[in-house]
Amino acid sequence: MTLWKRFFTNGSAPQARERLQILLSHERQVIGGDDLLSSLREDILAAVAKRVPCERDSVKVRLERGAPMSVLEIEVEIRGNVDLRMTQAA
Amino acid sequence: MAKIITVTSGKGGVGKTTTTAALGAALARTGDKVVVVDFDVGLRNLDLIMGAERRVVYDFVNVIQGDARLPQALIKDKRLDSLFLLPASQTRDKDALTEEGVDKVIEDLSRHFDWVICDSPAGIERGATLAMRHADIAVVVTNPEVSSVRDSDRIVGILDSKTLKAERGETVDKRLLLTRYDAVRASRGDMLKTEDVLEILSLPLLGIVPESPDVLRASNFGVPVSIHDPDSAPARAYNDAARRLKGEELAVEVPKQKLGLFGKFLRRAA
Repeated sequence: MTLWKRFFTNGSAPQARERLQILLSHERQVIGGDDLLSSLREDILAAVAKRVPCERDSVKVRLERGAPMSVLEIEVEIRGNVDLRMTQAA
Repeated sequence: MAKIITVTSGKGGVGKTTTTAALGAALARTGDKVVVVDFDVGLRNLDLIMGAERRVVYDFVNVIQGDARLPQALIKDKRLDSLFLLPASQTRDKDALTEEGVDKVIEDLSRHFDWVICDSPAGIERGATLAMRHADIAVVVTNPEVSSVRDSDRIVGILDSKTLKAERGETVDKRLLLTRYDAVRASRGDMLKTEDVLEILSLPLLGIVPESPDVLRASNFGVPVSIHDPDSAPARAYNDAARRLKGEELAVEVPKQKLGLFGKFLRRAA
């Protein structure tokens, strides 16, 4: 840092403060929504596990938030080949 | 019944273990019975910071698995009669800690001590959530730096949802401990100010521990910094924080830089 800058800048802390405020307000929203996502995940897990054996970690729920519309993406991994007749009967 | 404190942060390297040892010793110095518990299974370090690394025989996991009784695993501090350590296991992984096992050990400890201080591992995985599970008070250790503040914010969210208190609809008493505070950088405007961090995290302030070579020096000797050189700045900060934990109303002192003549001139010009 040159002496000139040393004398006439206010330091980098205001930058840090501003970036953190923006980031955390966003992350708190997402984490608030995290509750929604984790309840959705539980519901989906319960529904799927009623028919096919399925583990907690194999249910992934993601929400991509957007202005005109949001996309809820659900991915459930089931081990092995699923027998369709068996699962319907179960 | 003991008060249970969890020292947590999310981010690693901010001073959780230093803080656990320092607050433990500071509280024990007042005559209270204190046990510090290392939850960092696989990467234990509290024993080293407390200077008890060569006296570990049994550990937390041994107790949970029934290979040792709790009194056998507790290590009494060499300097303070009312300070004890429950070390973590170095050879196991975090899955060795079970929820029921931890519940039982914390319950036993809280019957015999005034304070149980849980040293959380970094991260937000099992070890960290188990360490905060029983907390009455959470000491959120934060450096005035963007990644540490962000991780602390995340930890606050987890404290509000994944603890026993949260499950009962109560809230954990969360306090901010600002560590590695550098007065010179703060005055230059290159470090987040205390007010900034307080405003962003909106937690009550437990104390400000200045960046100081005394912390490293105390760790080299294996002595909690709060009792190594009680007159040093970090020791005073930790002893004051302990008094606040005991309910004393004590104003928090913001560490100031000592300015020489040239420094004063620079500061005025800046």
